[in-house]
Amino acid sequence: MAESMRLAGEAAGLVSPAEETEGGNKVQSAEQSTGGHPVNVSEMERWASSIGGGALAVYGISRLLTNRSLGGAVLALVGGALVYRGASGHCEMYHALGIDTAAGSDNPNVSVRGGRGFKVEKSVTINKSPAELYSFWRNFENLPRFMNHLESVQVTGDNRSHWVAKAPAGSTVAWDAEIYNEKENELIAWRSLEGADVDNAGSVRFESDPNGRGTIVRVTLKYDPPGGTLGKLVAKLFGEAPDQQVEEDLRRFKQLMEAGETPTTEGQPSGRSATAGK
Amino acid sequence: MKALCWNGKNDVRVEDVPEPKILNPRDAIVKITTTAICGSDLHLYDGYIPTMEKGDILGHEPMGEVVEVGSEVTNLKPGDRVVVPFTISCGNCFFCQKELWSLCDNSNPKASIAEKLYGYSPAGLFGYSHMTGGYAGGQAEYLRVPFADVGPLKIPEELPDEKVLFLSDIFPTGYMAAENCSIEGGDTVAVWGCGPVGQFAIKSAWMLGAGRVIAIDEVPERLQMARDEGKAETLDFDDEDIFDKLKEMTGGRGPDRCIDAVGLEAHGATIDALYDRAKAALFMATDRPHALRQAIHACRKGGTVSVPGVYGGFLDKFPFGAAFNKGLTLKMGQTHMRRYMQPLLDRIQRGEIDPSFVITHRMTLADAPAGYETFKHKKDNCIKIVLKP
Repeated sequence: MAESMRLAGEAAGLVSPAEETEGGNKVQSAEQSTGGHPVNVSEMERWASSIGGGALAVYGISRLLTNRSLGGAVLALVGGALVYRGASGHCEMYHALGIDTAAGSDNPNVSVRGGRGFKVEKSVTINKSPAELYSFWRNFENLPRFMNHLESVQVTGDNRSHWVAKAPAGSTVAWDAEIYNEKENELIAWRSLEGADVDNAGSVRFESDPNGRGTIVRVTLKYDPPGGTLGKLVAKLFGEAPDQQVEEDLRRFKQLMEAGETPTTEGQPSGRSATAGK
Repeated sequence: MKALCWNGKNDVRVEDVPEPKILNPRDAIVKITTTAICGSDLHLYDGYIPTMEKGDILGHEPMGEVVEVGSEVTNLKPGDRVVVPFTISCGNCFFCQKELWSLCDNSNPKASIAEKLYGYSPAGLFGYSHMTGGYAGGQAEYLRVPFADVGPLKIPEELPDEKVLFLSDIFPTGYMAAENCSIEGGDTVAVWGCGPVGQFAIKSAWMLGAGRVIAIDEVPERLQMARDEGKAETLDFDDEDIFDKLKEMTGGRGPDRCIDAVGLEAHGATIDALYDRAKAALFMATDRPHALRQAIHACRKGGTVSVPGVYGGFLDKFPFGAAFNKGLTLKMGQTHMRRYMQPLLDRIQRGEIDPSFVITHRMTLADAPAGYETFKHKKDNCIKIVLKP
């Protein structure tokens, strides 16, 4: 274990982002990009990608060597991709989603700005066409049906909507949002407007599975909670595992679209419920 | 209503609980007319399956009369007689459409628990822990059936409950175990465990072309049933070295197809069985795979080991080298119920089989706690208990 940690460190060291930015300011513009790909991954994330990716790659390769495991091969590949992302500062996924977390970026086509907050990326495969999924999602008033932390979303204009999210102790936080980028049946990207309680942005992409096995739905959400009490409330709102929350939201979206309802046991009898039987 | 509730290891009680209500548009409520205690309920009773909660209603082999349907259920109406399968399936996901009904993507409301343990979640099940949904089970007067437009099978008037009840689990489970063997004409099939699933696996092996069936257990009346009803040759693992005996009986080659109808609580008299019990008792392993080890060891080269027996967690000393080097095929999993219910009902209607032969005890729901004790300790020659609410 200690050996693989050391190896992981070395692997990360080999591709240190510092080498990429040596002798100059942070790489920010397209001109300074690697191999023609603009830098769209923040420095912190690039470090994390390099270290985490190196560790994954080494772990994956060591699993490959010791167990001949397929999982090891996958880990090694994922790890390698993350190392590339860390080294180049370019992430294909971010590029596809119109996300830029590189600090100070002023790319006008960006929904999620770099710097603070937390970001979650999740995907799920749903046995429906991109068009069906797109049209359900595009009506933002449907979102609270599967995003549990939302109380309501009201469409207020062509691309405008008003969002109310549940916060602890019965309070709520609210913001107005706009859709700033969309492609019918493919992509919807939205972001909060000036004056939001919580700066946030999100995007969803619908891609037909190349082998005809449904639609791959990829979601990215970023929340940038303010400081102070409200910030704490918002942090609490998302619990300690925002990842898990988005995953559950997507699971409910899939259930709703495929099965027409979300399964539940809430309200069923048990020996725990108050005796009300005959 | 009355329902049998789990209250901890070796502690089940019949309690007064509220009647179930329609909670979703695809739900139905079924008034239970006959239900049963399954061998896998004993794994819950013995505390082997994690994520049980005090007050959970058990039971996953129910049938009865539809009394209410949700707005989206159009194929059932009040008054219909139905058998309810123990797996819950949405019918629309990738897995349901491939007829992998027990792997439904959408029926487990607590999928994240199973994902932590298994990577991905199987289907929701009735009365079988919160990892598979925490759905209230069918050892009760009424049952709420989710996705009722998919699972329940309508039963013609003329067939009595006891002839069709086991379409809810053990008959299809034994049948799938035999089907998973990919039996070729003349194959010798060895079946570990002569409980109800083993009995149906034996009968199904014959239906699917076995040339010979050998049944292994230690309980005299179960071996007797395998001989009388199943027309199997039998081996008592207390009296014989199973590997040597099977090898000798098959002319030195080994059985072509092996079925582990025992699962995670195997009993045995060998060193590894004692080791498993000690280790499970110390929580160093969760399952005791003695029967499975023996099946893998005994199986002929290039043969198939099929596992209908339930496993929940981690196995120790699993002879993977034997499985690999002999080129075995392993097949397993919860039963894809919908695949088998109608074809097996047809067999019952044609008079090819009367599944009620496994029933040894009939009780009221109120007596179910005593039934669990009787069944667990195989008292009074108990093989299968059916309950009337």
